[in-house]
Amino acid sequence: MTTPKLSIDDKVFKNLDGSGDWGIKGYEKRGGYKGLKKLLKTDPSVHIDQLKGSALRGRGGAGFPTGLKWSFMPKPDGIKPNYLVCNADEGEPGTCKDRDILRYDPHTLVEGMIVGCHCLGAKVGYIYVRGEYYDESSRLNQAIEEARKAGYLGKDIQGTGVDVEIYVHLGAGAYICGEETALLESLEGKKGQPRVKPPFPAGYGLYGCPTTINNVETIAQVPPILKKGNDWWCQFGRENNHGTKIFSVSGAVNLPGNFEAPMSISLKELIDEYAGGVIGGWDNLQAVIPGGSSTPMLSAANCNTAVMDFDGLRDLGTGLGTAAVIVMNKDTDLLRVMARISHFYKHESCGQCTPCREGVGWVSRLMDRLIAGEGTLEELDQMYDVTKKIEGKTICAFADGAMWPVQGTLKHFRHLFEERIKENMKANG
Amino acid sequence: MATTAKKTQAAIKMVGPETQVRANHSGLEFSKETEAKIKRILKRYPEEQSQSALIPVLKLAQDEFGGWLSTSAMQLTAERLNLPYIRVYEVATFYTMFNLDPVGKYHVQVCTNCSCMIRGSDAIVEAVKEYTGLKGQHEISDDSLFTLTEVECLGACVEAPMMQINNHYYTKLDKEQTLQILDNLKKGNEVVDATPTKPMKDSY
Repeated sequence: MTTPKLSIDDKVFKNLDGSGDWGIKGYEKRGGYKGLKKLLKTDPSVHIDQLKGSALRGRGGAGFPTGLKWSFMPKPDGIKPNYLVCNADEGEPGTCKDRDILRYDPHTLVEGMIVGCHCLGAKVGYIYVRGEYYDESSRLNQAIEEARKAGYLGKDIQGTGVDVEIYVHLGAGAYICGEETALLESLEGKKGQPRVKPPFPAGYGLYGCPTTINNVETIAQVPPILKKGNDWWCQFGRENNHGTKIFSVSGAVNLPGNFEAPMSISLKELIDEYAGGVIGGWDNLQAVIPGGSSTPMLSAANCNTAVMDFDGLRDLGTGLGTAAVIVMNKDTDLLRVMARISHFYKHESCGQCTPCREGVGWVSRLMDRLIAGEGTLEELDQMYDVTKKIEGKTICAFADGAMWPVQGTLKHFRHLFEERIKENMKANG
Repeated sequence: MATTAKKTQAAIKMVGPETQVRANHSGLEFSKETEAKIKRILKRYPEEQSQSALIPVLKLAQDEFGGWLSTSAMQLTAERLNLPYIRVYEVATFYTMFNLDPVGKYHVQVCTNCSCMIRGSDAIVEAVKEYTGLKGQHEISDDSLFTLTEVECLGACVEAPMMQINNHYYTKLDKEQTLQILDNLKKGNEVVDATPTKPMKDSY
């Protein structure tokens, strides 16, 4: 069964490939900011109810229902302000969709922030962009300036009585700041170490005020949903996974890229019809990481049937994550890729919780030994044992995200580890 | 300015005499241009939350004083934002983008994470070493122009392999392009650039 490609009207990010004008004129020509006034005049509770009905789930990795998250925010009490914070600290290996939104279609995010701030009773929104995206944040700053000049931002927007200001805040290179409470710490000018929850950000967030944090893609998708309605949105994807989604397909494919497609598309179709196929053909496929480095690999056999949505990939023991599809063909040294990912987590652990600080490094060193041919068969079991002792024992989900792919690789590709160890034992006599 | 100085002194006292000695001797000054940027940055946050400006201001300090953060540069940042030195130091040591040792004029950061690795980042690292004569990471080349660092995912995976030099991304690389980019930088020529994201305006 093939999923029809999205028409340009149905795409949320109409300039994702960068072929058109990224500025405000281009965006308005593509239908942007049309109907904004009506959205700002409507009561936030109406919008939030509609979002609940749309089954929009967060695009940053966890897939939490956005409408429900927004309903947790208290009404502004006049003492503490409410904040909307956009998480553009994109850093999960394989993920690069937000970068293309920021540089090619930044006004989708600006409009989303305006509507989001209105829904959440926030007068100020911050967009936390990873520090390395210097050029991209320049674009975003320009887009914000354009929107302000056109009267879409500032005080009393288009006579609706809604005030919104948006500011860009650049980080400085720490993957953990993509975790929402670490991001808040970083935005407050501190080390990005996650907070213990509860209290949740909706009660005690930025500067101790009620705060909602959402991914770039999620926020940008809100205005089209509210304007076009849930029937439009829900025609894409399966129950509980509706909508359109950007898939970042990288690695061993002929045409890597960011593609907006309907949810619940099959993995095979995504790779063949959008990304130009696996280098060397579908039979040359070895494995796929379906949702960024934190999600366990799929074996080639599973890739034949995998459906790209939250529930479909969960059923296969992995996850949609950020929908960053990393393709490995048979020319790829899969063990080296896994060792590199483990090294990444060792480098990025914030060091706050002992199981993560010590354990993730331990697994990385074991992995390095194994690929260098110094490992033993017993160490495979030891490695699995260590991952199980780290998982679920830390403040945030970082350690889980570091350990699940190791467990997944051991499950599907244990034979590769064993072969490597035996080869080396033979070579060393 | 007098009240600012007093506040700084009060803050410094909280963290002990050694810091106080250092804090009084930053010996550096932000340029007028940077100072204007700092003022713009501070306006983004509530008045009593000026610590929020720490990361952006540290980055400005790094850019202004040679691409790395000396103790003096961190002192100056602390003084400017009325923060104890230790607050600045712990943030500077936490984040990867802050260099605590000198780097070359061009800090070449090659992504070697999975998507880039699959598409041949090894060859890019080798090309940088070949051109610059650098043997390992974090060293400075003999002509003081280059430092090589292998970095974690820079979020341009569909344009792999890629590298970042100072603030700018160079993507869809191969060996020849890498050599050419470095050569153009060295000779001060315009750099051939595959990335269409030109900075339109200073981000700060």
